[in-house]
Amino acid sequence: MQMLDARSPASPRPARRIWRGAGSSRFAAIAILLPPALILFSLFVILPLTESGYYAFFDWNGYGTPQDYVGLRNFEQIAGHSVFHTAIGNTTKIVAISLFIQMPLALFLALLIYRKTPTNAVFRLIFFVPYILAEVAAGLIWSFVFDGNYGVTAAIARSFGQESFFILADRDWAFVAVMTVIVWKYFGFHMMIYIAALQGVPEDLIEAAKIEGAKRSQIVRYVQIPQIRPAIIVSAFFAIIGALQVFDVIIPLTNGGPSNQTHTIVTYLYSFGLTRLKIGFGSAVGVLLFFAAILVAVFYQRIFMKGSRA
Amino acid sequence: MSRSHFWRNFARVAVLCVVASFVLAPMLATALGGFKSNAEIRMNAFALPQDWDVSFYGAILADPAFWRYLGNSLLISTGTVALTLLVGAAAAYVFAQIRFFGSRMLFSYMLLGLMFPFATAILPLFIKVRDIGLLDTYWAVILPQTAFGLSLAILLFRTFFEQLPKELFEAARIDGCGYVRFFFRITLPLSTPILATVGVFVFVQSWNNFLLPLVVLNSREAFTWPLGMMQFRGEYVTEWNRTLAFVTLTILPAIVFFLAAQKYIVAGLTGGAVKG
Repeated sequence: MQMLDARSPASPRPARRIWRGAGSSRFAAIAILLPPALILFSLFVILPLTESGYYAFFDWNGYGTPQDYVGLRNFEQIAGHSVFHTAIGNTTKIVAISLFIQMPLALFLALLIYRKTPTNAVFRLIFFVPYILAEVAAGLIWSFVFDGNYGVTAAIARSFGQESFFILADRDWAFVAVMTVIVWKYFGFHMMIYIAALQGVPEDLIEAAKIEGAKRSQIVRYVQIPQIRPAIIVSAFFAIIGALQVFDVIIPLTNGGPSNQTHTIVTYLYSFGLTRLKIGFGSAVGVLLFFAAILVAVFYQRIFMKGSRA
Repeated sequence: MSRSHFWRNFARVAVLCVVASFVLAPMLATALGGFKSNAEIRMNAFALPQDWDVSFYGAILADPAFWRYLGNSLLISTGTVALTLLVGAAAAYVFAQIRFFGSRMLFSYMLLGLMFPFATAILPLFIKVRDIGLLDTYWAVILPQTAFGLSLAILLFRTFFEQLPKELFEAARIDGCGYVRFFFRITLPLSTPILATVGVFVFVQSWNNFLLPLVVLNSREAFTWPLGMMQFRGEYVTEWNRTLAFVTLTILPAIVFFLAAQKYIVAGLTGGAVKG
C-alpha cells in the first residue's frame, strides 16, 4: 500500500481519487492480468471464427484478399456433394455406435470395477490407456492390425483358410473398422466418468435396497443408473460433440478412402478445403460444423440439463 | 453362498480379462513387431520374436530426426502449458476477485470457446498464422492452442479461486499487498492442485495434437512427433517393423507419464471435461 500511495500523488486530479490505495491496485490488476487472455482469445479464436463466416461467401485460394464473392454457392456445392452426405452419414454412425455400443459397454465395465480394490485399479488403468494415446498413434497401430498382408485380421482370415482381406480398402467394411478403433479408443473415457459417479452414490441406498431383497440387477437398474443419470447425460454429450470432431484417427487408417467412403465432417473440411486451398469452401464447411455444434449444445441444454438436476 | 460368490467373481474377472486383451493386444503386437522381421510379422503378429532384433529400435534411437520431433513436441507442449496457466490463471483471478463493470459479460465471452470444435476455425486460423509470419514456428502451435484452451482453464481456475478463504486477501491487504502482488505471491502458490490438473490436461492435449501442427507446420525441422510419425510411416510403407518400432518409442513416454501422473491425468481428463 505504501508503494502504491507513493505513486498516486503523481495524479492529483480529484477524479483519480478512486484509483488510490486498493482502487489503484484494483485497476492495475484488471489492466495487467486480464488483457493477455482477452487478446489471445479474441485473436486466435473469435476472430478466425467470424472470418470463417465471412470467407464462406467467397471463392478464394487464400492469397491476397478474398475478392470473388459467390454468395451461397459454396453452401450449395456442399449440400449437393455426395461425399459430404457420406461424411454426415458417417458422423451419425459414430454417434449411434457411441450411444448404443460404446456407452453401454463402458457402463457395464464401470459397474464391474467401480469399487476401490487393487485388481479393479489395475483394470481401470488398462482400460484408460487407449484414451491417453494420441489418436494418430492409435490409428497407426490399428492400421497395422487391419493390414491385409501383415495384420492380425489377416492372420485370423488365414486361420479360417480365407483369402487375406483388406478391410480398410473395402468400401463396405472400412468404416466398421474405423468405428472399432473409435470404441477401443474412447470407451475408457466414458467408463471413468461413470466410475467417478458410481463412487459418489451413497452406500446406504444400495444397502437399503439389499435389505429390501433387491437383486443385483435390480439395484443397478433402479438405484445406481438413476443416481448417475447426470454423468450419463454428460458422457453422451461428449460422445456427440466428439463425433463431430473425429479427424486424427481417420488419417492414418483410411485417409478418407476407399473412394471417399470414410470421411467425417472434419476430414472432409481438410481434404476438400485446405489441401486444395479452397479457403472459402472449407470455411463454409467450418460454418456448418459450427452450427451443428451450437445446435447440439443448445438442444442438449434444453432437453436434459434442465430436467435432470440444475 | 461363498461358492456362488466365488464363481460370480471368477466370471467377472474373466470378462475383464477378455476386454483387457482387446485393449492391450494391438499395443503388444505393435511393441513386439518392432523386434521382428517383416516376414515374421506376416507369419504371426502376436508371437514373441524368434530372435529379438533390436536394430530397428536402435536405428530410430540413433536418428537425430526422432529426437528433434520429440524435442519440438516437448517445447511446444511446455510452452502451451506455461502460457495457459499464467494467462488463464491471471484472467480467472480477476474474474474471481474483482467486481467491475462488464466482468460477467467478459467472463461469458471467454467461455465461448467451450461451445465449438477447434476445426471450425482452422482455415482462417491458418491464414492468420501465415499472415503474421508464424508458419513453421513453435508459436504457430502454442498461441492458438493456448487460446483454445483458455476457456476451460479459466472456468476451472475461477471456481477454485472463489473457494480460497476471503480472509487471506483481507489480511494481505492490511499488510499492504495489492491485487497483482497477491495473485503472484498468495493465489498461485495456494493453487497447485488445480494448476497441476489443468497443466496435465493441457499438456496431454498439446502432446497429442495433430490437426493444428499438420496445418501450420510444413518444414520437417519444425515437425512435432505425430507429424514425424506419419512422415516416417510414409517413408517405410512396406516395412511395418520400422513403423511399429517408431510408434512404440513415441507412445512409451506417454504411457510412463500416464502411470506416473495418473491421479492428475484421470482427474484432469474426466473431471475437467465434465465440468467443461
